[in-house]
Amino acid sequence: MKAYLSDRMGAALLMAPLLLFLAAAYAWPFFGVVNWSFTLPEPGLGQYGTLLSDPLVQSVFIRTLRIAAIVTIVSVAAAYAITVVWVRGTPAQRVVAEFCILVPFWISVLTRAFGWVALLSNRGLFNTWLQAIGFISEPLTLVRNEFGVIVGMTHFLIPFAVFPLASSMRSLDDRVLLAARGLGSSRMRTFWSVFVPMTRSGIIGSALIVFVFSLGFFVTPAILGGGRSVMVAELIYLRIFQSPDWGLGAAISVVLVLFVGALMALLFRYVRPKQLI
Amino acid sequence: MPTYRPGPVSLILAALVALFLLLPLLAVIPVSLTPTRMLAMPSGELSLRHYRALIEDPRWINSILLSIRIGIVSSAFSTVLALCFSLGVWMFQPRFTAALVGFVLLPMVVPPVVSAITLYFLLTSISGVSSFFGYDTWLGVAMAHAVMTVPFATVLILVSLSQLDRRIDLAARGLGATVWERATRIIMPNIKFGIVTAALLSFVLSWEEIGVTLFITSVNAITLPRLMWMGLRDNIDPAIAALSVILIIITVLVLAARSAVIRLRGVQ
Repeated sequence: MKAYLSDRMGAALLMAPLLLFLAAAYAWPFFGVVNWSFTLPEPGLGQYGTLLSDPLVQSVFIRTLRIAAIVTIVSVAAAYAITVVWVRGTPAQRVVAEFCILVPFWISVLTRAFGWVALLSNRGLFNTWLQAIGFISEPLTLVRNEFGVIVGMTHFLIPFAVFPLASSMRSLDDRVLLAARGLGSSRMRTFWSVFVPMTRSGIIGSALIVFVFSLGFFVTPAILGGGRSVMVAELIYLRIFQSPDWGLGAAISVVLVLFVGALMALLFRYVRPKQLI
Repeated sequence: MPTYRPGPVSLILAALVALFLLLPLLAVIPVSLTPTRMLAMPSGELSLRHYRALIEDPRWINSILLSIRIGIVSSAFSTVLALCFSLGVWMFQPRFTAALVGFVLLPMVVPPVVSAITLYFLLTSISGVSSFFGYDTWLGVAMAHAVMTVPFATVLILVSLSQLDRRIDLAARGLGATVWERATRIIMPNIKFGIVTAALLSFVLSWEEIGVTLFITSVNAITLPRLMWMGLRDNIDPAIAALSVILIIITVLVLAARSAVIRLRGVQ
Protein backbone atom coordinates (compact mmCIF):
# COMPACT_ATOMS: atom_id res chain seq x y z
CA MET A 1 0.00 0.00 0.00
CA LYS A 2 2.80 2.36 0.89
CA ALA A 3 4.63 1.61 -2.36
CA TYR A 4 1.39 2.22 -4.24
CA LEU A 5 0.94 5.60 -2.63
CA SER A 6 4.52 6.66 -3.31
CA ASP A 7 4.09 5.58 -6.92
CA ARG A 8 1.12 7.86 -7.26
CA MET A 9 3.06 10.68 -5.63
CA GLY A 10 5.98 10.14 -7.98
CA ALA A 11 3.77 10.18 -11.05
CA ALA A 12 2.00 13.29 -9.86
CA LEU A 13 5.24 15.11 -9.08
CA LEU A 14 6.76 14.31 -12.46
CA MET A 15 3.69 15.03 -14.54
CA ALA A 16 2.41 18.07 -12.67
CA PRO A 17 4.82 20.76 -13.93
CA LEU A 18 3.92 20.37 -17.61
CA LEU A 19 0.21 19.91 -16.92
CA LEU A 20 0.11 22.98 -14.70
CA PHE A 21 2.12 25.00 -17.20
CA LEU A 22 -0.24 24.16 -20.06
CA ALA A 23 -3.31 24.64 -17.89
CA ALA A 24 -2.13 28.15 -16.99
CA ALA A 25 -0.55 29.17 -20.30
CA TYR A 26 -2.90 27.45 -22.76
CA ALA A 27 -6.20 26.18 -21.32
CA TRP A 28 -6.96 29.21 -19.17
CA PRO A 29 -6.30 31.81 -21.91
CA PHE A 30 -8.26 29.71 -24.39
CA PHE A 31 -11.31 30.03 -22.18
CA GLY A 32 -10.52 33.72 -21.99
CA VAL A 33 -10.81 33.87 -25.79
CA VAL A 34 -14.08 31.92 -25.68
CA ASN A 35 -15.27 34.45 -23.11
CA TRP A 36 -14.35 37.32 -25.47
CA SER A 37 -16.55 35.79 -28.13
CA PHE A 38 -19.58 35.98 -25.82
CA THR A 39 -18.90 39.32 -24.13
CA LEU A 40 -17.26 41.71 -26.62
CA PRO A 41 -18.47 44.25 -27.41
CA GLU A 42 -21.59 43.31 -25.42
CA PRO A 43 -22.72 40.11 -23.65
CA GLY A 44 -24.69 37.68 -25.75
CA LEU A 45 -24.53 35.64 -28.90
CA GLY A 46 -24.26 38.71 -31.12
CA GLN A 47 -20.90 37.78 -32.66
CA TYR A 48 -22.15 34.34 -33.64
CA GLY A 49 -25.15 36.02 -35.26
CA THR A 50 -22.73 38.23 -37.22
CA LEU A 51 -20.85 35.11 -38.31
CA LEU A 52 -24.03 33.71 -39.80
CA SER A 53 -25.23 36.90 -41.45
CA ASP A 54 -22.20 38.99 -42.47
CA PRO A 55 -21.54 38.45 -46.20
CA LEU A 56 -17.81 39.31 -45.82
CA VAL A 57 -17.23 36.68 -43.13
CA GLN A 58 -19.21 34.15 -45.14
CA SER A 59 -17.27 34.82 -48.33
CA VAL A 60 -14.02 34.30 -46.37
CA PHE A 61 -15.29 30.97 -44.99
CA ILE A 62 -16.38 29.81 -48.43
CA ARG A 63 -13.07 30.85 -49.99
CA THR A 64 -11.18 29.04 -47.22
CA LEU A 65 -13.14 25.82 -47.78
CA ARG A 66 -12.68 26.07 -51.56
CA ILE A 67 -8.93 26.71 -51.36
CA ALA A 68 -8.49 23.98 -48.74
CA ALA A 69 -10.35 21.48 -50.95
CA ILE A 70 -8.29 22.30 -54.06
CA VAL A 71 -5.01 22.27 -52.11
CA THR A 72 -5.92 18.92 -50.52
CA ILE A 73 -6.61 17.21 -53.84
CA VAL A 74 -3.51 18.59 -55.56
CA SER A 75 -1.11 17.99 -52.65
CA VAL A 76 -2.25 14.45 -51.95
CA ALA A 77 -1.98 13.53 -55.64
CA ALA A 78 1.47 15.10 -55.94
CA ALA A 79 2.62 13.57 -52.66
CA TYR A 80 1.41 10.17 -53.85
CA ALA A 81 3.51 10.41 -57.00
CA ILE A 82 6.72 11.20 -55.14
CA THR A 83 6.02 8.80 -52.24
CA VAL A 84 5.73 5.85 -54.64
CA VAL A 85 9.31 6.49 -55.71
CA TRP A 86 10.53 7.27 -52.18
CA VAL A 87 9.16 3.98 -50.79
CA ARG A 88 9.36 1.63 -53.75
CA GLY A 89 12.17 3.03 -55.94
CA THR A 90 15.72 1.78 -56.36
CA PRO A 91 18.13 2.89 -53.60
CA ALA A 92 19.42 5.78 -55.73
CA GLN A 93 15.90 6.96 -56.57
CA ARG A 94 15.00 6.81 -52.89
CA VAL A 95 17.89 9.06 -51.89
CA VAL A 96 16.89 11.68 -54.48
CA ALA A 97 13.21 11.53 -53.52
CA GLU A 98 14.01 11.78 -49.82
CA PHE A 99 16.20 14.83 -50.47
CA CYS A 100 13.40 16.53 -52.43
CA ILE A 101 10.88 15.84 -49.65
CA LEU A 102 12.99 16.62 -46.57
CA VAL A 103 14.82 19.76 -47.73
CA PRO A 104 11.61 21.76 -48.29
CA PHE A 105 10.09 20.20 -45.16
CA TRP A 106 12.83 21.64 -42.95
CA ILE A 107 12.95 25.06 -44.59
CA SER A 108 10.89 27.77 -42.93
CA VAL A 109 7.48 28.67 -44.28
CA LEU A 110 8.66 32.25 -44.84
CA THR A 111 11.59 31.24 -47.03
CA ARG A 112 9.35 28.99 -49.07
CA ALA A 113 6.68 31.63 -49.56
CA PHE A 114 9.42 34.09 -50.49
CA GLY A 115 10.75 31.60 -53.04
CA TRP A 116 7.37 31.64 -54.77
CA VAL A 117 7.32 35.44 -54.73
CA ALA A 118 10.77 35.42 -56.36
CA LEU A 119 9.53 32.97 -58.94
CA LEU A 120 6.05 34.27 -59.74
CA SER A 121 5.99 38.02 -59.11
CA ASN A 122 5.82 40.54 -61.98
CA ARG A 123 9.59 40.97 -62.06
CA GLY A 124 10.24 37.39 -60.97
CA LEU A 125 12.04 34.58 -62.73
CA PHE A 126 9.03 33.20 -64.53
CA ASN A 127 7.73 36.46 -66.00
CA THR A 128 11.23 37.69 -66.86
CA TRP A 129 11.91 34.50 -68.75
CA LEU A 130 8.58 34.41 -70.56
CA GLN A 131 9.07 38.02 -71.67
CA ALA A 132 12.65 37.36 -72.73
CA ILE A 133 11.59 34.62 -75.11
CA GLY A 134 8.78 36.86 -76.35
CA PHE A 135 5.99 34.57 -75.25
CA ILE A 136 4.15 37.36 -73.43
CA SER A 137 4.50 41.14 -73.57
CA GLU A 138 2.91 42.05 -70.23
CA PRO A 139 3.80 40.17 -67.04
CA LEU A 140 1.19 37.64 -65.90
CA THR A 141 -0.34 38.18 -62.48
CA LEU A 142 0.64 34.99 -60.67
CA VAL A 143 0.88 36.14 -57.04
CA ARG A 144 -1.28 38.35 -54.87
CA ASN A 145 -4.26 36.29 -55.96
CA GLU A 146 -5.85 32.93 -55.27
CA PHE A 147 -3.58 31.13 -57.75
CA GLY A 148 -0.48 32.15 -55.83
CA VAL A 149 -2.06 31.10 -52.53
CA ILE A 150 -2.93 27.65 -53.89
CA VAL A 151 0.54 27.12 -55.37
CA GLY A 152 2.31 28.19 -52.17
CA MET A 153 0.07 26.16 -49.86
CA THR A 154 0.37 23.05 -52.03
CA HIS A 155 4.14 23.41 -51.93
CA PHE A 156 4.11 23.76 -48.17
CA LEU A 157 1.79 20.81 -47.54
CA ILE A 158 3.15 18.14 -49.91
CA PRO A 159 5.81 16.91 -47.41
CA PHE A 160 3.15 16.63 -44.70
CA ALA A 161 0.97 14.61 -47.05
CA VAL A 162 3.89 12.29 -47.81
CA PHE A 163 4.33 10.78 -44.31
CA PRO A 164 0.96 9.00 -43.87
CA LEU A 165 1.11 7.82 -47.49
CA ALA A 166 4.64 6.46 -47.00
CA SER A 167 3.61 4.56 -43.89
CA SER A 168 0.69 2.88 -45.68
CA MET A 169 2.86 2.04 -48.71
CA ARG A 170 5.61 0.55 -46.54
CA SER A 171 3.23 -1.84 -44.81
CA LEU A 172 1.96 -3.11 -48.16
CA ASP A 173 2.86 -6.69 -49.10
CA ASP A 174 5.04 -6.86 -52.21
CA ARG A 175 3.85 -10.33 -53.12
CA VAL A 176 0.32 -9.13 -53.82
CA LEU A 177 1.64 -6.70 -56.43
CA LEU A 178 3.94 -9.29 -57.98
CA ALA A 179 1.04 -11.73 -58.06
CA ALA A 180 -1.10 -9.21 -59.93
CA ARG A 181 1.70 -8.65 -62.44
CA GLY A 182 2.33 -12.39 -62.70
CA LEU A 183 -1.33 -12.99 -63.48
CA GLY A 184 -0.94 -10.73 -66.49
CA SER A 185 -2.28 -7.41 -65.20
CA SER A 186 -0.67 -4.35 -66.80
CA ARG A 187 1.35 -1.83 -64.75
CA MET A 188 -1.51 0.66 -64.96
CA ARG A 189 -4.10 -1.83 -63.85
CA THR A 190 -1.95 -3.20 -61.01
CA PHE A 191 -1.48 0.36 -59.80
CA TRP A 192 -5.12 1.43 -59.97
CA SER A 193 -6.85 -1.77 -58.88
CA VAL A 194 -4.36 -3.21 -56.39
CA PHE A 195 -1.84 -0.63 -55.20
CA VAL A 196 -4.12 2.41 -54.71
CA PRO A 197 -6.98 0.57 -52.93
CA MET A 198 -4.50 -0.98 -50.52
CA THR A 199 -3.18 2.44 -49.48
CA ARG A 200 -6.64 3.83 -48.81
CA SER A 201 -6.07 4.53 -45.11
CA GLY A 202 -2.94 6.52 -45.97
CA ILE A 203 -4.85 8.56 -48.55
CA ILE A 204 -7.65 9.38 -46.09
CA GLY A 205 -5.17 10.24 -43.33
CA SER A 206 -3.07 12.43 -45.55
CA ALA A 207 -6.07 14.23 -47.07
CA LEU A 208 -7.53 15.02 -43.65
CA ILE A 209 -4.18 16.28 -42.33
CA VAL A 210 -3.70 18.55 -45.32
CA PHE A 211 -7.29 19.78 -45.17
CA VAL A 212 -7.09 20.56 -41.45
CA PHE A 213 -3.74 22.34 -41.91
CA SER A 214 -5.03 24.44 -44.78
CA LEU A 215 -8.10 25.61 -42.87
CA GLY A 216 -5.99 27.40 -40.27
CA PHE A 217 -3.18 28.47 -42.56
CA PHE A 218 -1.91 31.97 -42.07
CA VAL A 219 1.54 32.87 -43.35
CA THR A 220 1.46 31.62 -46.94
CA PRO A 221 -1.97 33.08 -47.81
CA ALA A 222 -1.04 36.38 -46.19
CA ILE A 223 2.16 36.70 -48.26
CA LEU A 224 1.07 35.17 -51.56
CA GLY A 225 -2.50 36.44 -51.36
CA GLY A 226 -1.33 40.00 -50.74
CA GLY A 227 -4.50 40.90 -48.83
CA ARG A 228 -6.69 40.12 -51.82
CA SER A 229 -7.40 36.51 -51.06
CA VAL A 230 -8.08 36.57 -47.32
CA MET A 231 -8.57 33.22 -45.59
CA VAL A 232 -10.04 32.54 -42.14
CA ALA A 233 -6.75 32.76 -40.21
CA GLU A 234 -5.86 36.10 -41.78
CA LEU A 235 -9.36 37.38 -41.03
CA ILE A 236 -8.80 36.59 -37.34
CA TYR A 237 -5.50 38.52 -37.49
CA LEU A 238 -7.19 41.49 -39.16
CA ARG A 239 -10.00 41.54 -36.59
CA ILE A 240 -7.47 41.58 -33.75
CA PHE A 241 -4.94 44.07 -35.10
CA GLN A 242 -6.24 46.12 -38.02
CA SER A 243 -9.92 46.88 -37.63
CA PRO A 244 -10.26 45.68 -34.07
CA ASP A 245 -13.28 43.60 -33.29
CA TRP A 246 -11.85 41.14 -30.76
CA GLY A 247 -15.22 39.52 -30.14
CA LEU A 248 -15.61 38.61 -33.82
CA GLY A 249 -12.01 37.38 -34.06
CA ALA A 250 -12.61 35.22 -30.98
CA ALA A 251 -15.91 33.87 -32.33
CA ILE A 252 -14.27 32.89 -35.64
CA SER A 253 -11.51 31.11 -33.65
CA VAL A 254 -14.06 29.15 -31.64
CA VAL A 255 -15.90 28.04 -34.79
CA LEU A 256 -12.58 27.06 -36.41
CA VAL A 257 -11.58 24.94 -33.38
CA LEU A 258 -14.95 23.18 -33.31
CA PHE A 259 -14.79 22.44 -37.04
CA VAL A 260 -11.21 21.13 -36.85
CA GLY A 261 -12.10 19.08 -33.77
CA ALA A 262 -14.95 17.41 -35.66
CA LEU A 263 -12.60 16.64 -38.57
CA MET A 264 -9.97 15.18 -36.23
CA ALA A 265 -12.60 12.94 -34.63
CA LEU A 266 -13.41 11.73 -38.13
CA LEU A 267 -9.71 11.18 -38.83
CA PHE A 268 -9.24 8.95 -35.79
CA ARG A 269 -12.28 6.87 -36.71
CA TYR A 270 -10.56 5.89 -39.96
CA VAL A 271 -6.86 5.90 -39.13
CA ARG A 272 -4.91 4.89 -36.06
CA PRO A 273 -2.57 7.63 -34.82
CA LYS A 274 0.44 5.36 -35.35
CA GLN A 275 -0.16 5.23 -39.08
CA LEU A 276 0.33 8.97 -39.35
CA ILE A 277 3.99 9.01 -38.38
CA MET B 1 14.04 -11.68 -54.62
CA PRO B 2 12.15 -9.55 -57.14
CA THR B 3 10.51 -6.42 -55.86
CA TYR B 4 7.82 -4.21 -57.28
CA ARG B 5 9.46 -1.05 -58.65
CA PRO B 6 7.77 2.10 -59.97
CA GLY B 7 7.43 2.19 -63.76
CA PRO B 8 8.41 4.98 -66.18
CA VAL B 9 5.13 6.91 -65.80
CA SER B 10 5.53 7.00 -62.00
CA LEU B 11 9.10 8.17 -62.35
CA ILE B 12 8.19 11.03 -64.69
CA LEU B 13 5.35 12.21 -62.43
CA ALA B 14 7.59 12.00 -59.35
CA ALA B 15 10.29 13.98 -61.15
CA LEU B 16 7.77 16.74 -61.93
CA VAL B 17 6.74 16.90 -58.27
CA ALA B 18 10.39 16.97 -57.21
CA LEU B 19 11.00 19.86 -59.59
CA PHE B 20 7.98 21.71 -58.16
CA LEU B 21 9.32 21.18 -54.62
CA LEU B 22 12.82 22.45 -55.40
CA LEU B 23 11.99 25.27 -57.83
CA PRO B 24 11.19 28.06 -55.31
CA LEU B 25 14.28 27.15 -53.30
CA LEU B 26 16.46 27.50 -56.40
CA ALA B 27 14.72 30.72 -57.49
CA VAL B 28 16.01 32.67 -54.51
CA ILE B 29 19.65 32.15 -55.55
CA PRO B 30 19.68 34.50 -58.60
CA VAL B 31 17.48 37.04 -56.76
CA SER B 32 19.98 37.19 -53.89
CA LEU B 33 22.72 38.25 -56.33
CA THR B 34 20.82 41.13 -57.90
CA PRO B 35 22.67 44.48 -57.80
CA THR B 36 19.43 46.52 -57.49
CA ARG B 37 17.66 47.59 -54.35
CA MET B 38 14.42 45.99 -55.43
CA LEU B 39 13.38 42.43 -55.96
CA ALA B 40 14.41 41.57 -59.52
CA MET B 41 16.38 39.13 -61.61
CA PRO B 42 19.98 40.27 -62.08
CA SER B 43 20.57 41.41 -65.66
CA GLY B 44 24.24 40.90 -66.40
CA GLU B 45 25.99 42.18 -63.32
CA LEU B 46 26.03 40.18 -60.07
CA SER B 47 26.54 41.64 -56.62
CA LEU B 48 26.99 40.46 -53.05
CA ARG B 49 25.63 43.67 -51.55
CA HIS B 50 22.62 41.95 -50.00
CA TYR B 51 24.85 39.44 -48.23
CA ARG B 52 26.90 42.36 -46.93
CA ALA B 53 23.73 44.06 -45.70
CA LEU B 54 23.02 41.04 -43.50
CA ILE B 55 26.32 41.51 -41.69
CA GLU B 56 26.37 45.29 -41.63
CA ASP B 57 22.77 46.11 -40.79
CA PRO B 58 22.36 45.84 -36.98
CA ARG B 59 18.67 44.97 -37.37
CA TRP B 60 19.50 41.58 -38.87
CA ILE B 61 22.25 40.80 -36.33
CA ASN B 62 20.04 41.81 -33.40
CA SER B 63 17.12 39.72 -34.54
CA ILE B 64 19.36 36.69 -35.15
CA LEU B 65 20.80 36.99 -31.63
CA LEU B 66 17.32 37.43 -30.17
CA SER B 67 16.02 34.36 -32.02
CA ILE B 68 18.93 32.28 -30.73
CA ARG B 69 18.34 33.44 -27.15
CA ILE B 70 14.60 32.75 -27.31
CA GLY B 71 15.28 29.39 -28.99
CA ILE B 72 17.69 28.25 -26.27
CA VAL B 73 15.50 29.34 -23.36
CA SER B 74 12.25 27.95 -24.77
CA SER B 75 13.89 24.72 -25.91
CA ALA B 76 15.49 24.11 -22.50
CA PHE B 77 12.21 24.83 -20.75
CA SER B 78 10.06 22.67 -23.01
CA THR B 79 12.55 19.77 -23.05
CA VAL B 80 12.77 19.63 -19.24
CA LEU B 81 8.97 19.77 -18.84
CA ALA B 82 8.44 17.18 -21.58
CA LEU B 83 11.10 14.89 -20.09
CA CYS B 84 9.59 14.96 -16.59
CA PHE B 85 6.10 14.39 -17.94
CA SER B 86 7.18 11.50 -20.17
CA LEU B 87 9.13 9.85 -17.35
CA GLY B 88 6.03 10.08 -15.17
CA VAL B 89 3.92 8.48 -17.90
CA TRP B 90 6.42 5.72 -18.59
CA MET B 91 7.43 4.81 -15.03
CA PHE B 92 4.04 4.98 -13.35
CA GLN B 93 1.56 4.44 -16.19
CA PRO B 94 -1.10 6.40 -14.32
CA ARG B 95 -4.79 6.17 -15.11
CA PHE B 96 -6.10 8.64 -17.70
CA THR B 97 -2.70 8.60 -19.44
CA ALA B 98 -4.32 8.85 -22.87
CA ALA B 99 -6.39 11.88 -21.86
CA LEU B 100 -3.40 13.61 -20.23
CA VAL B 101 -1.15 13.02 -23.25
CA GLY B 102 -3.98 14.24 -25.49
CA PHE B 103 -4.17 17.44 -23.46
CA VAL B 104 -0.41 17.98 -23.77
CA LEU B 105 -0.59 17.51 -27.56
CA LEU B 106 -3.33 20.14 -28.00
CA PRO B 107 -1.05 23.03 -29.09
CA MET B 108 0.18 20.77 -31.89
CA VAL B 109 -3.26 19.95 -33.32
CA VAL B 110 -5.23 23.13 -32.67
CA PRO B 111 -4.93 25.47 -35.70
CA PRO B 112 -1.88 27.70 -35.08
CA VAL B 113 -3.92 30.88 -35.48
CA VAL B 114 -6.16 29.83 -32.57
CA SER B 115 -3.08 29.13 -30.43
CA ALA B 116 -1.84 32.55 -31.50
CA ILE B 117 -4.94 34.42 -30.32
CA THR B 118 -4.91 32.32 -27.12
CA LEU B 119 -1.30 33.27 -26.36
CA TYR B 120 -2.06 36.88 -27.29
CA PHE B 121 -4.78 36.84 -24.62
CA LEU B 122 -2.34 35.29 -22.12
CA LEU B 123 0.51 37.74 -22.71
CA THR B 124 -1.66 40.86 -22.81
CA SER B 125 -3.19 39.72 -19.51
CA ILE B 126 0.29 39.28 -18.00
CA SER B 127 1.36 42.68 -19.34
CA GLY B 128 -1.22 44.27 -17.06
CA VAL B 129 0.77 42.93 -14.10
CA SER B 130 4.39 42.97 -15.25
CA SER B 131 6.09 44.94 -18.00
CA PHE B 132 9.08 42.61 -17.87
CA PHE B 133 7.25 39.48 -18.89
CA GLY B 134 4.29 39.75 -21.23
CA TYR B 135 3.24 41.08 -24.63
CA ASP B 136 6.19 42.08 -26.84
CA THR B 137 8.90 40.95 -24.38
CA TRP B 138 11.49 38.29 -25.17
CA LEU B 139 10.57 36.21 -22.11
CA GLY B 140 6.94 36.26 -23.16
CA VAL B 141 7.88 35.07 -26.64
CA ALA B 142 10.08 32.33 -25.14
CA MET B 143 7.20 31.12 -23.00
CA ALA B 144 4.78 31.16 -25.92
CA HIS B 145 7.26 29.20 -28.01
CA ALA B 146 7.63 26.67 -25.19
CA VAL B 147 3.84 26.13 -25.28
CA MET B 148 4.02 25.50 -29.02
CA THR B 149 7.08 23.21 -28.98
CA VAL B 150 6.39 21.14 -25.87
CA PRO B 151 4.01 18.70 -27.66
CA PHE B 152 6.69 17.88 -30.24
CA ALA B 153 9.33 17.34 -27.53
CA THR B 154 6.89 15.12 -25.60
CA VAL B 155 6.10 12.99 -28.67
CA LEU B 156 9.79 12.46 -29.43
CA ILE B 157 10.66 11.49 -25.84
CA LEU B 158 7.63 9.21 -25.50
CA VAL B 159 8.57 7.48 -28.76
CA SER B 160 12.13 6.83 -27.61
CA LEU B 161 10.81 5.60 -24.21
CA SER B 162 8.47 3.19 -25.99
CA GLN B 163 11.52 1.50 -27.54
CA LEU B 164 13.17 1.02 -24.13
CA ASP B 165 13.18 -2.45 -22.52
CA ARG B 166 11.11 -2.27 -19.33
CA ARG B 167 13.07 -5.14 -17.79
CA ILE B 168 16.17 -3.02 -17.16
CA ASP B 169 14.04 -0.61 -15.13
CA LEU B 170 12.37 -3.50 -13.29
CA ALA B 171 15.80 -4.93 -12.47
CA ALA B 172 16.96 -1.58 -11.07
CA ARG B 173 13.77 -1.30 -9.07
CA GLY B 174 14.14 -4.84 -7.72
CA LEU B 175 17.69 -4.02 -6.64
CA GLY B 176 16.34 -1.15 -4.57
CA ALA B 177 16.93 1.90 -6.79
CA THR B 178 14.88 4.97 -5.90
CA VAL B 179 12.70 6.74 -8.45
CA TRP B 180 15.38 9.41 -8.85
CA GLU B 181 18.11 6.83 -9.44
CA ARG B 182 15.99 4.90 -11.93
CA ALA B 183 15.22 8.08 -13.84
CA THR B 184 18.70 9.60 -13.95
CA ARG B 185 20.96 6.52 -14.02
CA ILE B 186 18.91 3.88 -15.81
CA ILE B 187 16.30 5.49 -18.06
CA MET B 188 17.80 8.82 -19.13
CA PRO B 189 21.15 7.44 -20.35
CA ASN B 190 19.19 5.04 -22.55
CA ILE B 191 17.03 7.73 -24.17
CA LYS B 192 19.65 10.48 -24.41
CA PHE B 193 19.41 10.45 -28.20
CA GLY B 194 15.66 11.13 -27.94
CA ILE B 195 16.20 13.92 -25.40
CA VAL B 196 18.81 15.64 -27.56
CA THR B 197 16.57 15.32 -30.64
CA ALA B 198 13.67 16.82 -28.67
CA ALA B 199 15.82 19.78 -27.59
CA LEU B 200 17.09 20.35 -31.14
CA LEU B 201 13.63 20.12 -32.68
CA SER B 202 12.25 22.54 -30.07
CA PHE B 203 15.03 24.97 -30.90
CA VAL B 204 14.42 24.71 -34.66
CA LEU B 205 10.66 25.13 -34.25
CA SER B 206 11.19 28.21 -32.08
CA TRP B 207 13.79 29.60 -34.50
CA GLU B 208 11.27 29.34 -37.38
CA GLU B 209 8.12 30.24 -35.47
CA ILE B 210 6.15 33.06 -37.09
CA GLY B 211 2.37 32.40 -36.78
CA VAL B 212 2.24 32.93 -33.01
CA THR B 213 5.13 35.40 -32.88
CA LEU B 214 3.24 37.79 -35.16
CA PHE B 215 0.41 38.01 -32.64
CA ILE B 216 2.55 38.56 -29.56
CA THR B 217 5.23 41.02 -30.68
CA SER B 218 5.13 44.53 -32.09
CA VAL B 219 8.29 46.64 -31.86
CA ASN B 220 10.61 45.28 -29.15
CA ALA B 221 10.88 41.51 -29.54
CA ILE B 222 11.67 41.31 -33.26
CA THR B 223 12.78 37.75 -33.94
CA LEU B 224 14.38 36.80 -37.25
CA PRO B 225 11.16 35.43 -38.82
CA ARG B 226 9.34 38.55 -37.60
CA LEU B 227 11.90 40.76 -39.35
CA MET B 228 11.65 38.67 -42.53
CA TRP B 229 7.87 39.02 -42.39
CA MET B 230 8.15 42.80 -42.17
CA GLY B 231 10.49 42.79 -45.15
CA LEU B 232 8.14 40.57 -47.14
CA ARG B 233 4.95 42.46 -46.57
CA ASP B 234 5.89 45.98 -47.55
CA ASN B 235 8.69 46.58 -50.03
CA ILE B 236 10.32 43.27 -50.63
CA ASP B 237 13.91 43.51 -49.44
CA PRO B 238 16.37 41.36 -51.47
CA ALA B 239 18.38 40.85 -48.26
CA ILE B 240 15.70 38.26 -47.49
CA ALA B 241 16.84 36.36 -50.57
CA ALA B 242 20.43 36.38 -49.33
CA LEU B 243 19.29 35.21 -45.90
CA SER B 244 17.11 32.50 -47.48
CA VAL B 245 20.05 31.19 -49.51
CA ILE B 246 22.13 30.91 -46.32
CA LEU B 247 19.32 29.13 -44.45
CA ILE B 248 18.78 26.72 -47.37
CA ILE B 249 22.49 25.90 -47.53
CA ILE B 250 22.57 25.21 -43.76
CA THR B 251 19.50 22.93 -44.06
CA VAL B 252 21.01 20.98 -46.96
CA LEU B 253 24.32 20.56 -45.09
CA VAL B 254 22.64 19.38 -41.89
CA LEU B 255 20.45 16.89 -43.76
CA ALA B 256 23.44 15.59 -45.74
CA ALA B 257 25.44 15.17 -42.51
CA ARG B 258 22.51 13.39 -40.90
CA SER B 259 22.10 10.90 -43.74
CA ALA B 260 25.88 10.34 -43.80
CA VAL B 261 25.81 9.53 -40.08
CA ILE B 262 22.85 7.16 -40.55
CA ARG B 263 24.64 5.43 -43.43
CA LEU B 264 27.87 5.03 -41.42
CA ARG B 265 25.96 3.57 -38.50
CA GLY B 266 24.11 1.22 -40.84
CA VAL B 267 27.43 -0.08 -42.19
CA GLN B 268 28.80 -0.92 -38.75
